Amino acid sequence: MIDARGLVKCYGDKVAVDDLTFEVKPGIVTGFLGPNGSGKSTTMRMIIGLDAPTKGSVTVNGRAYADHPAPLHEVGALLEARAVHTGRSARNHLMVLAATTGIPKRRVDDLIDLVGLTDVASKRVGGFSLGMGQRLGIASALLGDPATLILDEPVNGLDPEGILWIRNLLRSLAHEGRTIFVSSHLMSEMALTADHLIVIGRGRLIADVSVADFTRQASSDLVNVRTPEAERLRALLVGNTVHVTATSPGRLEVIGLTSDEIGDIAQANSIAIHELVPHQASLEEAFMELTRDSVEYHTTVRASA
Amino acid sequence: MSTIELLSPIAIPMMSADESAKLRVTQNRVVRSEWMKMRTLRSSWLTLGLAIASMAGIGIIISWSTANDWANMRPRQKARFNPLADPLSGLFLAQLAIGVLGVLLIAGEYSTGMIKASIGAVPRRLPVLWAKLLVFTSVTLATMLPAALITFFVSQKLLSAQHIQTTWSSPDVARSVIGVGLYLTVVAALGIGLGAIVRNVAGAIAVLVGILLVLPVIASALPQTWGDRVNKWLPSNAGQALMSLGSDNTTLSPWRGFAVFCGYAAATMVVAAVLLKRRDA
Ligand SMILES: Nc1ncnc2c1ncn2[C@@H]1O[C@H](COP(=O)(O)OP(=O)(O)OP(=O)(O)O)[C@@H](O)[C@H]1O
Ligand SMILES: [Mg+2]
Repeated sequence: MIDARGLVKCYGDKVAVDDLTFEVKPGIVTGFLGPNGSGKSTTMRMIIGLDAPTKGSVTVNGRAYADHPAPLHEVGALLEARAVHTGRSARNHLMVLAATTGIPKRRVDDLIDLVGLTDVASKRVGGFSLGMGQRLGIASALLGDPATLILDEPVNGLDPEGILWIRNLLRSLAHEGRTIFVSSHLMSEMALTADHLIVIGRGRLIADVSVADFTRQASSDLVNVRTPEAERLRALLVGNTVHVTATSPGRLEVIGLTSDEIGDIAQANSIAIHELVPHQASLEEAFMELTRDSVEYHTTVRASA
Repeated sequence: MSTIELLSPIAIPMMSADESAKLRVTQNRVVRSEWMKMRTLRSSWLTLGLAIASMAGIGIIISWSTANDWANMRPRQKARFNPLADPLSGLFLAQLAIGVLGVLLIAGEYSTGMIKASIGAVPRRLPVLWAKLLVFTSVTLATMLPAALITFFVSQKLLSAQHIQTTWSSPDVARSVIGVGLYLTVVAALGIGLGAIVRNVAGAIAVLVGILLVLPVIASALPQTWGDRVNKWLPSNAGQALMSLGSDNTTLSPWRGFAVFCGYAAATMVVAAVLLKRRDA
């Protein structure tokens, strides 16, 4: 359980985090989303006390992080920037962290195996690839068997297998009742991993919403349908709140119904469906729509679907 | 979401309740961690090796070449030779190696980002600083005091071939030789403190060299009356009073000087502690 109240962080004139109040609950994965520079990493650093809030406070399980007698058992964190001495081996890095709180060597070895670094554990971290560094960061976050995990863009640099593995790992950890707080820029990734979303822009809270609600709103937008009986289906679907356009012969674009509903109607009327595709980019678009006004660094070319 | 539940869960190694109940951060554990940190970096061994080699190597080479050359040396050179101070002159290079290592041990964590992991594990922060101080000053004393003793005795053995040696029981000798170990131990503390304050390896080394070597040179350019009053209070001059032979009013008395040097190091550590506690990591 993370409880942030009125968090403010200023760096000189720059307000990085602006009056953020939110809760992160145990037993689920909470995604932390926002465009570049919106204050995600800053907020996470404040939770573990690396940066002091200018105003407000944040507690983990009822106490400021620094007030826990066994901090690594309370919170495991993977930060944005690599927090490793490049001259030390992966195993020694974990060993020195483990030593501060009496974690046995056996656990260090278990975690090295878990993240798949067994073969390179005695190599200097300086030579690690981005993904290997990220795996080491995950091992150090898990070191103290923490009740709360804070991960800043954990999939950054991971290959598809690694991304799937992380997704799976986070789900498993949440399932054990832990609090999981994970940042990302990718709405689509969060839709697959998270149960709840906290969205910020320019340091302010924009949305605190369940993924189910967010996706329902977003994906109800548009569904592409391909069917040999386009005209008949179109007649069946159109209604007050439903808008159907024929994009090309045999193809329809439906707004206002979910793909489930369209499929059911087609089935009930014995219409063959060859393709039924909820508009894939809609989540990302919904996210961009949500944060449009608070994007700090606009690109000049508009992203297209 | 249902698609995810289908994936097989990952078995995360858990700790038994018994084990996790014992996971407190204690100063002792942080000391152990810092000791491991120091041992597991190649730069520690290299720099410490350099300090020992400077201390012993320079002194022994000076003694050996003096003993060999003695017959050919001019009277003025002979008069200038001191069988205690000259063999200990490796100190001037050794102090840089020790100071640099002190800086590396903490500023190296800032340059690599390791400090975030260190402070994340010990969020009260100060135990990390005290542990570094304890570990590194202990290592320095435990290596440099023996290095000074070995340098002294080997040198006297070499010099005895020309009967120009001194003995342990002569005036100033024991204090000077042991003083080398003590002086370097305080330099170690100074390095840690400066590293923590400046947080940048190159910057902290520059400040260290400035304090130990450049400051005395600048101060020696002061007018005599001023200089005599100011010079002896400079950190390195005060500290090196411990190795002085006889005393005059241009140096502090040995133990007073050493106490002043300790005072500088302590003040540096206090500033380092306050800043470590206050600043964002
Ligand atoms: N140490 C610092 N000093 C000055 N400004 C900072 C510092 N850290 C962050 N900022 C500023 O605060 C703002 C928030 O940065 P932060 O890194 O928290 O964003 P983010 O959401 O993590 O971005 P990204 O998605 O790119 O990782 C940015 O404008 C950044 O420039
Ligand atoms: Mg970030």
